[in-house]
Amino acid sequence: MYKIIERRMIVPNLHEFTVLAPAVAETVKAGQFVIVRPDPLGERIPLSVADWDREAGTVTSIFMQVGSSTAKLARLKPGDSIPTYVGPLGKETVIDRFGAVLCVGGCYGIGSVFPVARALKEAGNRVITILEARSSFLLYWEDRFKKISDDVKIITRDGTRGRKGHISLIPEMMQRAGIVPDLVIVNGCTFQMMRVSMVTKPLGWRTIVNMNPIMIDGTGMCGVCRLSVGGKTKFACVDGPDFDGHEIDWPEFLARRKSYNPEEVDPLRRSSCRSHF
Amino acid sequence: MAEEKPEKKKLDLTRRAMPKQNPWERIKNFDEVALGYPVQAAVEEASRCIKCKKPLCNQGCPVGIDIPGFIKCIVEGDFASGVRKIKETNALPAICGRVCPQEEQCEKTCLLSNKGAPVAIGRLERFLADWEAAEGKIEVPPMAGKTGKKVAIVGAGPAGITVANDLIILGHEVTIFEALHECGGVLIYGIPEFRLPKAIVNREVEYVKRLGVKIVTDFVVGKTRTVDRLLQEFDALFVGSGAGLPWFMEIPGENLNGVYSANEYLTRVNLMKGFRFPEYDTPVKRPCRVAVVGGGNVAMDSARTAVRLGAEEVHLVYRRSKAELPARVEEVENAEEEGVIFDLLTLPVRLIGDRNGWIKEMECLRMELGEPDASGRRKPIPVEGSNFRVPFDAVVIAIGNSPNPLIPMTTPGLEISKKGGIVTNPETALTSRPNIWAGGDIVRGAATVISAMGDGRIAAACMHKYLVNK
Repeated sequence: MYKIIERRMIVPNLHEFTVLAPAVAETVKAGQFVIVRPDPLGERIPLSVADWDREAGTVTSIFMQVGSSTAKLARLKPGDSIPTYVGPLGKETVIDRFGAVLCVGGCYGIGSVFPVARALKEAGNRVITILEARSSFLLYWEDRFKKISDDVKIITRDGTRGRKGHISLIPEMMQRAGIVPDLVIVNGCTFQMMRVSMVTKPLGWRTIVNMNPIMIDGTGMCGVCRLSVGGKTKFACVDGPDFDGHEIDWPEFLARRKSYNPEEVDPLRRSSCRSHF
Repeated sequence: MAEEKPEKKKLDLTRRAMPKQNPWERIKNFDEVALGYPVQAAVEEASRCIKCKKPLCNQGCPVGIDIPGFIKCIVEGDFASGVRKIKETNALPAICGRVCPQEEQCEKTCLLSNKGAPVAIGRLERFLADWEAAEGKIEVPPMAGKTGKKVAIVGAGPAGITVANDLIILGHEVTIFEALHECGGVLIYGIPEFRLPKAIVNREVEYVKRLGVKIVTDFVVGKTRTVDRLLQEFDALFVGSGAGLPWFMEIPGENLNGVYSANEYLTRVNLMKGFRFPEYDTPVKRPCRVAVVGGGNVAMDSARTAVRLGAEEVHLVYRRSKAELPARVEEVENAEEEGVIFDLLTLPVRLIGDRNGWIKEMECLRMELGEPDASGRRKPIPVEGSNFRVPFDAVVIAIGNSPNPLIPMTTPGLEISKKGGIVTNPETALTSRPNIWAGGDIVRGAATVISAMGDGRIAAACMHKYLVNK
């Protein structure tokens, strides 16, 4: 059993989730994920890693409450335990001295792009962080990004913070700032990663995305996390989760992500709130 | 029962049938299909053994069980001694008695198989194991004194459990690292409940734990710790990390929704208990028309699982003819009894989806058999222009898998074959590194439970020699 150190809603519907898992904390790196099972009847779901404390043996993720499994996680309190917390899985994000790197985060990806930005900064890169949210009240960790970035830019859909608009404003914003990035790294929802890849492709900006498919074992056995990259089938759990965003078959990936949507929310309808549906 | 005319006076050529659940009942549940011999049938079946002076049956067994020995015990009604006899060489008799391909091994070399009625060795092995469990008195074998040597085992599947069992009895300290949250490997995630009840797997795992084997679950060697990191703490290491990425046919449409690898399909149902959704959270689709592509035991398991999940029609699509089906005859018969439709000499060439990305149809070619190929089987050749389409709302691809890539990817100096498996010396199971052994699917690709156990047995013997001389 793995003890919950912290589980709190940091902005509406997004939860910071810290678990005591010394074996994972000792070796985890930016870009990797863990597989979590909330209770003995629960499913195995992947969560990207957002931070860790090697000495304390803790690992932190940000997750969004969507379906029944994340609802179970969202009900956990510090001191509770969960039966499965295994990792670190997947390959780490490649960290090198690239030059100017755009780190783009949205939703739960704001959390997971944080250690990537931090490692890139430590490796001597010029790190420009771009955080996108629908509204200012959905932004978090801005202060943490400021400490490790050369610049932090904000985009909100409703204009309540930073630039008003959408993630596809990135090229224009970079042009204004006079920056031509050597690399773009995106952690966020599928749609955001797709949009960024679409706008950077014509510019030839190399774009790495941290993919988030359905997984079961997460160790290269079941094959559910497969996606087409450059016309070839790859497995996100062992070949990724980082891939070249310009090579991904996005429509196929979006369809596969949705394959269990009805079942994801079905158990919620059977909860005590049945009368609400 | 049909009486065959015996050649000699005492030669009994009637294999005692094992009771099974009726097909029309069992397709509605996930309970075990074969129910096991009652005592009388077991004793009668055992009495058919002609007690050869030079028995060949045990030579057909990958772990060398003293088969005539345990059969004699059954004849004499001394079941406890029979169990002890088996456990001298086999840690998992309840499992092997159920899933070993005996017709290819011990029963094939039984002299009575020339007469078409070999002694049902597998069923007798199962009988003894189940008898012991029912008695509730599971004996612990004599244990050697502690050697102080530490062994790490990667994977709690059939290979790893065999190594653990053998080495703990010899006095070594054994720790198994398992990636999943439950032990048993393919016995838990792959082989369905109706063929191998999970309670039996758990019982065998509890047994090795009782012997003193430590098991760490949720620990992915190659990720949580590398092999080399573990070797700083352990004197020797065995890799039994099993099956890896599923193979696909590399035809268009294989990433459509509703197309599963057999590994995914079976893992959802067996390990994650998807058939009990929504009591369990992991969902599995319950489509009406299912195609399973492949002809091995995993294909049969997938097809029979689809039947139990309520599919109206389940087709098994195989490119050769019935004679070439690699699955056990028993499993093919079970699938037929349960209404699985065999589309033989049929090759899928394209999967066609609807506008939302879900599988809708499968396009196939008819095949005919040509000259024997490298595998000795007649090569299937497509009949030109024979394309046809069949509607399906799920397709399960069960054409095999490669060895798990995690340890080959993260362990320097380990010789890897072209197919991605770890290369070992077949006589010792030793890899290209002096303190790492390997066996089972990580070496062979997709093979059988018993061959994994055979590898484990060989590895354990060699590891023991290494450890005592170290």
